[in-house]
Amino acid sequence: MEHYRAHVLICAGTGCISSGSKKVEAALRDQIAQKGLEKEVKIVETGCHGFCEMGPLVIIYPEGVFYVRVQETDVAEIVEEHLYKGRIVERLLFKEHGSLEGIPSYKDIDFYKKQMRMVLGNCGHLDPEEINEYIAVGGYEALGKVLTTMKPQDVIDEVKKAGLRGRGGGGFPTGMKWGFTRNAAGEKKYVVCNADEGDPGAFMDRSVLEGDPHRVLEGMAVCAYAVGADEGYIYVRAEYPLAIKRLRIAIKQAEELGLIGDGIFGTDFNFHVKIKEGAGAFVCGEETALIASIEGQRGVPRSRPPFPAISGLWGKPTNINNVETFANVPQIITKGADWYASIGTERSKGTKVFALTGKINHTGLAEVPMGITMREIIFDIGGGIQGGKKFKAVQIGGPSGGCLPEQHLDLSVDYDSLLQVGAMMGSGGLVVMDESTCMVDISKFFLTFTQAESCGKCTPCREGTKRMLEILTRITEGQGKEGDIELLEVLAKNIKQTALCGLGQTAPNPVLSTLRYFRDEYEAHIKEKRCPAGACAGLAQYNITEACKGCGLCKKACPVNAISGETKAVHQIDQDKCIKCGACMAKCPFKAITKG
Amino acid sequence: MEVYSLKTIEDLKRLRDQVQAETRVRHESSKQIIVGMGTCGIAAGARDVMSAILDEIAKRKLEDITVRQTGCIGMCEKEVLVDIVLPGKPRITYGRVTAADVPKIIVEHVINGNLIKEMVVGKITE
Repeated sequence: MEHYRAHVLICAGTGCISSGSKKVEAALRDQIAQKGLEKEVKIVETGCHGFCEMGPLVIIYPEGVFYVRVQETDVAEIVEEHLYKGRIVERLLFKEHGSLEGIPSYKDIDFYKKQMRMVLGNCGHLDPEEINEYIAVGGYEALGKVLTTMKPQDVIDEVKKAGLRGRGGGGFPTGMKWGFTRNAAGEKKYVVCNADEGDPGAFMDRSVLEGDPHRVLEGMAVCAYAVGADEGYIYVRAEYPLAIKRLRIAIKQAEELGLIGDGIFGTDFNFHVKIKEGAGAFVCGEETALIASIEGQRGVPRSRPPFPAISGLWGKPTNINNVETFANVPQIITKGADWYASIGTERSKGTKVFALTGKINHTGLAEVPMGITMREIIFDIGGGIQGGKKFKAVQIGGPSGGCLPEQHLDLSVDYDSLLQVGAMMGSGGLVVMDESTCMVDISKFFLTFTQAESCGKCTPCREGTKRMLEILTRITEGQGKEGDIELLEVLAKNIKQTALCGLGQTAPNPVLSTLRYFRDEYEAHIKEKRCPAGACAGLAQYNITEACKGCGLCKKACPVNAISGETKAVHQIDQDKCIKCGACMAKCPFKAITKG
Repeated sequence: MEVYSLKTIEDLKRLRDQVQAETRVRHESSKQIIVGMGTCGIAAGARDVMSAILDEIAKRKLEDITVRQTGCIGMCEKEVLVDIVLPGKPRITYGRVTAADVPKIIVEHVINGNLIKEMVVGKITE
């Protein structure tokens, strides 16, 4: 056995791989070998740390030094200075916005300080392709505990008492759901893990699967014991190849140790897991469509009841939970329901992982206790808005959710208070928008997504979202008519009430919530043919103000000769000729050209 | 490592204790060995001393121990400097350490807790 004095953890999540962590890793191996350190320094590939904006991330133990945006060319210096001589490479440390001082330990960085990383606790800190690293932190002890000391009903009661609610969107109480499947008639039952994460901007499930796959497997096994199932499926989208690869490795390693298979821990409990790769249809995140897809049929939903708990996969009672829900289970068993229920608000317990995207400084994943305010998530953890611009709104819950304007930033983030203000927890995607985002355009964006993903089975969703999208497109192109807003509202209400599944029922939400908080923007588009944020190209208008010195640069820059004016006199733009390219504005040295 | 099936929860706990040693470096340990790795230290043979320390730790299967480096502290004449920090004890600095001295330092000081007086060049009480 060799003694490694240092561990170099390099992030191998999808985010860091795309910013070049594989090259960094190769360079590290090369440099470490050159210095003859391969027997004393161990390189460990980990899952996602969540701070994707700053990737590729490298952490070096025993010091726990956190290096950010490490490039291939930085590696020689890290090896020479840090690993060989023990000196921290200051220039690669993270610095808070506006500060020159590097922070060596990630625990002292604002991004992590306000987080409570439980589900993501292991992500980035262990090798997801090595089961022993999971076992070293107490992995599979929850499964051992339920199999040897608890009755199935005790497990369900414990999960109920913990107050865990579904993390995939709806927020249905998990323990209750398990109880339905347990009490359903039938010998053969199934457990399904819904890893068909499809919301634009959401990637928490992928990160959990890539960074800590055993946690999900253990959660599924505990659930299987509780509901009386002996077989599980993980439905994961094929666009997540790394998650699939690591899940396969995890299942194989757990089978080799007898943690998945027949007679686990010497009991008569059997559990087998299969992976089903989804073809990437958003609607397959809906549970009945997901089941149809596993069965080899077209991924379209069917009406409920019967719910999957009564008649699900192959007509058998089936319990479906989301990745993050399962990932919460092991800690509830090992640390107890009372501990879990002490975190969060009265009706929303535990933590939630949010994916921060959009016009935010720290793009990445953040896990926070329920009840935290949106302001803390966006400004303290997320580092505020890019480029010092003003916050406008945040879209929460993806294409099924709604937007929250500034006045709701201090709202407690939990299932119920979000619903009250017209948004929803959803899977936890947060798309942050600044003052340059047009709210009509953004609702068009989300509706374009749901419209394209509508499976077409029911008329309200197939036709209704299409008509809504046509109206929105018309408005953003300056062709909006009186009555369009009212028509949107009628359509939205009808679709919500009559669509077959969650996709259609929630598709109008972005339109409704932007209408609720930014109705004046819709009106400006329709009545004044003006986009207040200046984002809709069809409506943008460039004007030259009195600040113009008549230098003529804009005239030269204009590709369609729409600008005229004498030298040293204020110029004008011919709006009929203007193609709204913005070249003049970029060239003007006096900031005399406005867009609106 | 040999792969075997875990038949009982005790098997799982035994495996846990066994594999925890592999990731211990990522957690705080109570004992530290610190090697002077400034230019002076390296010139005086700090790399050999470092290798000898790691070999000795591996050979004796010592756990709960962190090996770190530090820079030059000005006593270049006395390099290679090796510091030993044990819980609740002052930090002891040994000077002119060679690879051959390493087994003695580990056995006498780190394991048995006895100073090797003739090699000590400094003591820091924190």
